[in-house]
Amino acid sequence: MIVGSSPPRLDGADKVTGDAMYVDDLQFDGMLYGATVRSRQAHARYLGYELDPDYDWTDITVVTHEAIPGGNYVALMVDDQPALVSDLIRHPSEPVVLLAAPTREQAEEARAHVKLLVEPLPIVVDLEAARAGAGPIWGDDNIISHLEIQKGDGPGCVDKALAEHPDAILVEGRYYTGAQEQMYIEPQGIIAMPWGKGGIEILGSLQCPYYVVKALAQLLDVPAAEIKVVQAVTGGGFGGKEDYPSIISAHASLLALATGKPVKLVYDRAEDLSSTTRRHPAITWHRTAVAPDGTLLAMEVDCAFDGGAYTTLSPVVLSRALIHGVGPYNCEHAMVTGDIVATNTPPNGAFRGFGAPQVCFASERHIDKIAATLGRDPVALRRQLALRIGDTTLTGQTLETSVASDEVLDVALEASDWDRRRAEAEAINARGGVPPADPIPGMGTTGRLRGVGMSFFFHGAGFTGNGEARIKGRVRMEVRPDGQIVIYSASTDIGQGTRTVFPQLAATTLGVGIERIEMHTPDTSVVPDSGPTVASRTLMVVGKVVEDCSNALKARMGFEGGDWDAAVDAFFAGGGDGSVELEYQTPPHVEWDNETYQGEAYPCYAWACDVVEVEVCPDTYETRITGFWSAQDVGKAIHPVLVSGQLEGGSLQALGFAVLEEMKFADGQLTNNRMTNCIIPTALDAPEMDMRLVEAPFAGGPFGAKGIGELPMDGGAPAVLAAIEHATGLSLDSLPASPEALMRAAAE
Amino acid sequence: MLADIPVHRPSSLEEALALLADPPDGERPTPMAGGTDIMVVLNSRHVVPSSVLDLWKLDELRGLSVQDDGTLWIGALSTYRSIIASPLANAHCPALVEAARTVGAVQIQSRGTLGGNVANASPAGDSLPVLLAQGCDVVLQSRDGGRRTRSFDGFYAGYRQADIQPGELIIGFRIHALPPGATSWYRKVGTRLAQAISKVVLAGVAACGDDGTLTTLRIAAGSVAPTPIRLAAAEAAGLGGRPTDVAAAVGAGARADVTPIDDVRSNALYRREVSGRLVESWVRSL
Repeated sequence: MIVGSSPPRLDGADKVTGDAMYVDDLQFDGMLYGATVRSRQAHARYLGYELDPDYDWTDITVVTHEAIPGGNYVALMVDDQPALVSDLIRHPSEPVVLLAAPTREQAEEARAHVKLLVEPLPIVVDLEAARAGAGPIWGDDNIISHLEIQKGDGPGCVDKALAEHPDAILVEGRYYTGAQEQMYIEPQGIIAMPWGKGGIEILGSLQCPYYVVKALAQLLDVPAAEIKVVQAVTGGGFGGKEDYPSIISAHASLLALATGKPVKLVYDRAEDLSSTTRRHPAITWHRTAVAPDGTLLAMEVDCAFDGGAYTTLSPVVLSRALIHGVGPYNCEHAMVTGDIVATNTPPNGAFRGFGAPQVCFASERHIDKIAATLGRDPVALRRQLALRIGDTTLTGQTLETSVASDEVLDVALEASDWDRRRAEAEAINARGGVPPADPIPGMGTTGRLRGVGMSFFFHGAGFTGNGEARIKGRVRMEVRPDGQIVIYSASTDIGQGTRTVFPQLAATTLGVGIERIEMHTPDTSVVPDSGPTVASRTLMVVGKVVEDCSNALKARMGFEGGDWDAAVDAFFAGGGDGSVELEYQTPPHVEWDNETYQGEAYPCYAWACDVVEVEVCPDTYETRITGFWSAQDVGKAIHPVLVSGQLEGGSLQALGFAVLEEMKFADGQLTNNRMTNCIIPTALDAPEMDMRLVEAPFAGGPFGAKGIGELPMDGGAPAVLAAIEHATGLSLDSLPASPEALMRAAAE
Repeated sequence: MLADIPVHRPSSLEEALALLADPPDGERPTPMAGGTDIMVVLNSRHVVPSSVLDLWKLDELRGLSVQDDGTLWIGALSTYRSIIASPLANAHCPALVEAARTVGAVQIQSRGTLGGNVANASPAGDSLPVLLAQGCDVVLQSRDGGRRTRSFDGFYAGYRQADIQPGELIIGFRIHALPPGATSWYRKVGTRLAQAISKVVLAGVAACGDDGTLTTLRIAAGSVAPTPIRLAAAEAAGLGGRPTDVAAAVGAGARADVTPIDDVRSNALYRREVSGRLVESWVRSL
């Protein structure tokens, strides 16, 4: 069976040989190059611009907000973000004026000769001050979005539990995670070309082609059918190319319409890092009433997420965060609240995990704090509290199937030899640490302290609640007379393997070889709207529609194995229609109330357990991750090599988040905007990874597969901090656990 | 545009020095060895030179050899990879080999040169504390001034101010022999394990006499002052004492010697404290 095997990636050869054409490789006759003049101030009144009278503007096209035919906003959720500033600057990388020139160098040179006239206003960049209403700089109170989820007693549940249980213990914590950059290898880029009668064609590095259609139709005031969006080969996204491509497409389109020519707008790394979305910085507060036996009597969780200057996707990020707010644990009474808070920084957005890594960091650190308070073993406490079949989640969802909590704990702890490894680390530290004669690169002359930590986590797969029913993702499949089968879907391959696993699903379902299957390029003039490529949904949800289409074709053709070519010939000879288009059918049990946030938040969850070993240099507080073991529940591994790679990559992003990655700001402006100082792990920083796949099938997914794109991002950081605490006794509640932060903690 | 910057490619030192002494277009070209620093500057467009003098073809500036006086000659255009691969470097200046291994990653090590690292004059240059600690002379040459040799100690008058006179090129280095029985040490604290600029970079040379007291102690540090520096107070605190007795005082001296700043990679407090701790641990291990 092709499903469950690991055929070579169908896009692999082109990428390895360099034949794959990324946006910046593409050239068109007469193509111009765009550049974006941005604000420098974080908050200012915009009064206009001046062109340097001594500069030669002959070949330069200048476009401002006045050139926008439709509404000056980027259509997404709330219409508050302008495509180009018209009167108020709200963050230090806002696009204000656009330029197009015959060469990239000319465009960049001209950019330095545009002067923006501004009147600075007081800025608000501190998250807690903003939440308290500083300014305000957004609405009446800086609160872009507020959400509450209650279970059992809800508001006041912790004080109530403490009053009712005199032996209960109150455990409190404040947890902070900073901004994190997706750092896709290919910076954002778009080519816009005049198309048809007043329309636009977009070729771009992007995740969600239909988002761009929606944004451009509004902005350019043309019917959606006049907008054609085609995905170019895309070098990574991780959520960073979910919504931002709509903005670059808007800019490139305005320049293309103004000039009548194709316009390429590709960011260099500095502009990409400074201007595009990142993971939301967040503070999470926990108050928990714990019984002496470890039972979580009541939990209050409150989150503040830094939304940046505009709404973008932040309310959805907050929703996912809060639903995962108490972690994969039983707790009868809970009150989970949160705000998206506006600041004068570029809008934060989607990044693998989408709110969950922030709250997972908090809840896993908090469980460790509870274990330490009670003197309990962190694993035993988690086993006691873990959700299992029949248990009820925060939103009142009773788990009926596909729960792998025990399996992932068992597999990861056994793979890491947890008990022995923990004891060995303690014995080594008692003897003065790992001897210096036992070298790892760059670790000096002092014994290093070893520690082992773990985390247990889950991630809801697909859109929240009735999201999939609303989106109605569609796929078309066609059998051609030559026997080839073409899949038409807007789901993009951004490196995760869509272009390989969809053909696997179709080939296996139909009972033909994978060489029979082709995937059409995501092109909105041809492919139906499958929904966005986000939320761990592509394989589980859109893949299910691929399976459904394959079954429908098979039934229509009456094909039950044997000679495919003969079956195709007979089918077309009988006048058969080889095309089928279907829409996603939500599993029947999904009941969700979007007002009260009660019900089936997700059709299923994926479960995981990470174990991390670290060695910390006591002189420098440098942390090396020396071991990583993980068990992650994927439902069914359609392509074991690809899914393992995806889980390892996501885990490495989590490990970088834990100890290395720190975006630094001055007055809202990013100060480390290059790959040389915006640090992410290199191959040398990555540990060997022992990744174990657990398969707890989800009946609603193709062949039992469930969404796991984001899962591996959630648990690495708290496991690393637990390991550092085991090694050094230093308990950190903030990310990253940089050497500087550890030194500060040690001094306290 | 960058591609339009004129590039001169001399094939001999004589030709290169003539181009510097008498630039064809009036403005003196900017010398470029491996290009690993200058390309970054060009890409950021902070400085755009009027022309570039590409030294890559000057094979006469490559190679390592041991001189009659025991010094190790390293041609200015020797790459980090060639230093790592050199048995002479491994035998006579092992700390430099360790430093070379921490530079960038393999691609950078294959292009970047010792002469370039010295000429670029960054206080964070990975190789520079080794040259200071072990002791080294810089040999420069110009068409009109001939050869000039000077100590590397004091080569930088201030932040990014190297003693390279107009028309001069660094042609190589004479690295002093380690004293008999001496050991050397190198430690870089970077932002990660590869492609990392240092937060603190340290090098040391030490030897003990028959009575177990320190007869040689030379320590240098980078990224903790406007230029790479010798840690004079640390050295003074250690010389003449037994390593375990003086280690703490050497560490305290190092903390006093450094004048670090807060920047995007780290902060002054961390740099000062780590300088002290690492030097102390090293002396204790002697």
